[in-house]
Amino acid sequence: MSTATLTSGLVTVGPDTEAAPETRDGVTVAKQEAPMAAATVSRAAAAEAAEPSASFGERCSAFLRVVLPPLLGFAFIIGLWAMVAMKSTDFPGPAKTLDAAITLFSDPFYQNGPNDQGIGWNILSSLKRVAVGFGVAALVGIPMGFIIGRFAFMNSMLEPIISILRPVSPLAWLPIGLMVFKAADPASTWTIFICSIWPMILNTAQGVQRVPQDYLNVARVLNLSEFKIITKILFPSVLPYMLTGIRLSIGTAWLVIVAAEMLTGGVGIGFWVWDEWNNLKVEHIIIAIFVIGIVGLVLEQFLLLIARRFSYGNN
Amino acid sequence: MNAIVKVENVGMTFDTKKGRFVALQNVNLQIRQGEVVSLIGHSGCGKSTLLNLIAGLTLPTSGAMICNGREIAGPGPERAVVFQNHSLLPWLTCFENVHLAVERVFGAKEGKDKLKARTNAALEMVHMSHAAQKMPHEISGGMKQRIGIARAFAMEPKILLMDEPFGALDALTRASLQDELIGVMEKTGATVVMVTHDVDEAVLLSDRVVMMTNGPAATIGEILEVKLAKPRDRLQLAHDPHFAECRAAILEFLYQKQMKKAA
Ligand SMILES: Nc1ncnc2c1ncn2[C@@H]1O[C@H](COP(=O)(O)OP(=O)(O)O)[C@@H](O)[C@H]1O
Ligand SMILES: [Mg+2]
Repeated sequence: MSTATLTSGLVTVGPDTEAAPETRDGVTVAKQEAPMAAATVSRAAAAEAAEPSASFGERCSAFLRVVLPPLLGFAFIIGLWAMVAMKSTDFPGPAKTLDAAITLFSDPFYQNGPNDQGIGWNILSSLKRVAVGFGVAALVGIPMGFIIGRFAFMNSMLEPIISILRPVSPLAWLPIGLMVFKAADPASTWTIFICSIWPMILNTAQGVQRVPQDYLNVARVLNLSEFKIITKILFPSVLPYMLTGIRLSIGTAWLVIVAAEMLTGGVGIGFWVWDEWNNLKVEHIIIAIFVIGIVGLVLEQFLLLIARRFSYGNN
Repeated sequence: MNAIVKVENVGMTFDTKKGRFVALQNVNLQIRQGEVVSLIGHSGCGKSTLLNLIAGLTLPTSGAMICNGREIAGPGPERAVVFQNHSLLPWLTCFENVHLAVERVFGAKEGKDKLKARTNAALEMVHMSHAAQKMPHEISGGMKQRIGIARAFAMEPKILLMDEPFGALDALTRASLQDELIGVMEKTGATVVMVTHDVDEAVLLSDRVVMMTNGPAATIGEILEVKLAKPRDRLQLAHDPHFAECRAAILEFLYQKQMKKAA
């Protein structure tokens, strides 16, 4: 979600510089295709492939139309950042940050004791916590969603509880995790579990409730067995909703893990941000912000890709 | 005369938010083995409701529905349905959609090869073998409807129920599917009950046309026997006086006796 707003924010900077109406079209298309600044090259390639017979000049301008606005957006942000950095004594500029990033990523997997590990290890341990918390949430949440969606009684029974618990920040559950598990690591995984489970339950339940009556009628006319109904009708038609739930869950989980790790410590990207703040290495914090953003974006795009694989045309 | 379906004094009342709604009242109908019957009437009069009752998808609130000497208690594969919007499962290929039905009906008695052969034969019958491995969203509306018909016929049902099977198609596609259906019905000798709002289609395809009065509390107004020899050919029928008579009778019923008040 946040990436989409970011991209459109960047895009609005672009059109003013190019007035032709086709430009706008180009921009809209680009926005719809993938809200992903990093993918500008592949988008340009797609635009080129779309018009194989276009002349070289046309293709160049199509390329520019796709690539230019995001580049301008980045240039704008980096310029602003450089200006702010010049006025400030402790805020590092783009050049200094880039330098630091190069050193950092030249050895991402070093290990000097538990509190001093490469950024690669930090990212991987955060991802591992997300994967575990999220995986358990899927194991619990998806069947629960099926039950709530299938049985009105369970729906009325559990809905008020979910409505109360869902708006609570998952971090509020962290102390309970610490109390129950008596360790930092499972406690942050526990918060991930809590924040991932709601979208999973609610989206799955909604999917089950929205299985088209036509398909259920087909099942009734064919007199399909309960097993066939589940595998051939319920599961495939709920799958897109489930994947939406999964995507929302992963998005929130990735937001929450940073905060949870800041509170619990250990190894992880959130803890790393906090540690670098204590070391007053602000350029590392900026790098972390970029890294967290890019990892989040990659996760989201990956799940969108899976979701597209399982959307069966528009019926 | 052996009636395969008997509808006896059937009434259907829906409980809606605005109170009880009487959709059908006092419906009496007998359908013979091998007969093609079409239900015609203004939109909203209760044609689908009656067809769903025969299918067993809903149960009547009064009266009795009997199929093959037994009360209809629910849907079953001996009464196959072709749905108005084809209702193919979008995550299965055309072949798999038909195979799902074949497997359900014949899976207990026949081997895998036989089931496959049945599925292919059904696809062949509607001239869709070439699209067997396509997904439903990759083929046109008319083709989807063909697959829906193949799925229904593949079950070798005693009765085939069709709810405006060609309603969503353009006139040319509809004509070619009607011709195809005539061929399939000829081959299988199936008993067919079909809902339609197309007067020509009703006369072209059916042995009897059941005309329904306007709802609420709709019932059967008139029943018209179409005494045209089969197989019928649409080009010859255009000059046939009995065809014109039938057509006129239905039009008169729909637009004089049951003129719909402007809503
Ligand atoms: N499940 C239902 N609940 C309430 N009213 C219904 C239901 N199904 C049909 N009706 C009403 O019954 C009447 C007949 O509907 P239907 O059989 O679909 O008409 P049609 O002849 O167009 O197929 C309509 O007025 C419709 O609103
Ligand atoms: Mg209808």
